[in-house]
Amino acid sequence: MAQAERLEVSRTRLPEWLVEGLLRLGESVIALLVGLLVGAIIMYLSGYDAVEAYKSLFGMSLFDSYGLTGTLSFTAPIMLTGITFAVGVRAGLFNIGAEGQLYMGALGAVLVAWLATYKIRLLDSVLGTLFAYTIGVVLALVWAYIAGILKVKRGVHEVVSTIMLNWIAFWIVEYFRVYVVYNPEDPSKTISVPTHARLPLLVPDTELSATIIVSILFSLFVYYLLWYTVTGYELRAAGLNPLAARYAGIKTEKAIMISFLVGGIASGLAGAGEVLGRPPHYAITTGLSNLYGLGFDGITVALIGANHPIGIIFAAILVGALKSGARYMQIYAGVPLEMVRVVEGVIIVALAVPGTLRMLREYLRRRRELAELQKG
Amino acid sequence: MDAHTAWLFTLSTLDAMTPILLTALGEILAERAGIVNIGLEGIIMLGAMVGVMAAEAVHNPLSPLIGLLAGLGIGAAIGLLHAALTAYLKGDHIIPGVGINTLALGLVPFMLIVYWHSAGQHQVYNYARVPRIGGISPVTIFALILAPIMWYILFRTSIGLTIRSVGENPEAADTVGIHVERVQAIATIIGASLAGLAGAFMSLDWLSTLTKEIAAGRGFIALALVVFSDWNPLRALGGAALFGFFDVLREWVKIMPSVKAVVPDTLLNTIPYIVTLAAVAGVLGRVRPPRHVGQPYKRE
Repeated sequence: MAQAERLEVSRTRLPEWLVEGLLRLGESVIALLVGLLVGAIIMYLSGYDAVEAYKSLFGMSLFDSYGLTGTLSFTAPIMLTGITFAVGVRAGLFNIGAEGQLYMGALGAVLVAWLATYKIRLLDSVLGTLFAYTIGVVLALVWAYIAGILKVKRGVHEVVSTIMLNWIAFWIVEYFRVYVVYNPEDPSKTISVPTHARLPLLVPDTELSATIIVSILFSLFVYYLLWYTVTGYELRAAGLNPLAARYAGIKTEKAIMISFLVGGIASGLAGAGEVLGRPPHYAITTGLSNLYGLGFDGITVALIGANHPIGIIFAAILVGALKSGARYMQIYAGVPLEMVRVVEGVIIVALAVPGTLRMLREYLRRRRELAELQKG
Repeated sequence: MDAHTAWLFTLSTLDAMTPILLTALGEILAERAGIVNIGLEGIIMLGAMVGVMAAEAVHNPLSPLIGLLAGLGIGAAIGLLHAALTAYLKGDHIIPGVGINTLALGLVPFMLIVYWHSAGQHQVYNYARVPRIGGISPVTIFALILAPIMWYILFRTSIGLTIRSVGENPEAADTVGIHVERVQAIATIIGASLAGLAGAFMSLDWLSTLTKEIAAGRGFIALALVVFSDWNPLRALGGAALFGFFDVLREWVKIMPSVKAVVPDTLLNTIPYIVTLAAVAGVLGRVRPPRHVGQPYKRE
């Protein structure tokens, strides 16, 4: 009878998915606040005005129209690298190879820019844009495929393989930057994408290009793939319980490969998009400085967005605001922009505290039940 | 190659293998108890930074020792945090490690600017450098001795049996009265402190500079080495020597005019990472991790 009563009570409350979603949102918000607080303490100890820093950071990145276009242009790549990580987690992987795959994606776009400049003038057009995206995605796919095949065939843990591949990609792209696709007029960067092959700017005289549209569309596509297709179902089943999935006839190896490859496409799009759609360079700069870290930021984005494509869209805007606002924080409050990465790190650690809110809910539920028992 | 050059090459290899060996030994200990820590890269960076800070702050003959201990200490502190999240709160093992790595990636360049007023690198003062014995660092000697000691403890003593049983089968260990969480926490803290020491060795001893990319993937190479070694400290010793050798070979080959003309230095930089990948993928047949590694242990 007690069970029937409990069922009765739960039926009158909010639906479970909404409660679950609100809890995840709560966890993300708390983690964010903890990250900002620790960042503030470090800034205070280093002699900076933390209030001024955050005011300039968020004021400019979210509540200023020019600043907001900057935020969205920072959002575009990390939304995609967030998808890479999240699709991995959904299949039970910790694929942190977005960084290297993004480098390869960018390299693909620059290789096409080189072709368009020196060899095939025809590519200085929309054709070139599409071709650059294609080559970028193909190179990123190759990088994701290596990690996938090592995992499936040799049992190499993806954390180890993807980090090694990230470094190998870094030096390969550096090689191309220095020796092959260098800019003869400016040694600080590679050759730029020619004018007509660039992605159009959404708002003139800003950095915001069509990359943000690509990112949102791909995120929605992954949402559809994961929740409305058989492939997506199998991928998630393999991640939730590989043994049970195999028992149900799902090929977990296939699910793992698909997860790597979808992740590769996302990072390839991110890397190519950075080159094709980011003024003023439309190129790769020295030490890969305009690409470095975009893959790792994706991990933060995915974790804040609870590894859900829709959550990731919003989480990416938030982290994009942090990254974009960091510039204003440096200009107006004098705080080095590396501070933002400290905040990100603390947010992730705080997100690791497992289901604090869930435990709180459990505790409250038990207390309520106890009170009801005592009443009755 | 004459005897002198060979000796120099050996010394360089010993230097290059030390941080990887220390870090891998620590991680072997933690993983034998069932806790994975992928934040090693970040701990190395923070150990390198805090080590220099402490050594320079003291400014006396004991500076190097205090610096090394400070590196050890920051590692232990992060290990404690990791243990609290994983062993006690039963959280995911990977996420806090990712967080520590991200934090270090921001904090080290931040502090280089704020504390040393330098963008990117700080040359460690001479008084803070670890003195050498016949060209060999005392930290290297410690790491070389630690490997067999850790092997002996893990495989020949009851303490080792306790640690391994926690990683293999926490339920069973729990049943016979072993404090699973406590064993995991101690192993994790010692493991992380060795990574911190590895970082302090890099900045105060081997390189005598602190840069924002000081770890350069060594934390992850150490993680690969753990797999490569089959969770065995003695095999880790051999593996670290191999990786150290290739790391030095890369630097030596780079400056050889004959090679320089043919292979660009940027591509030579990929060698240690390719070797690591190949080693983990192919050289070794099947390895068997501790059965319960990386899974939060929850009592029924």
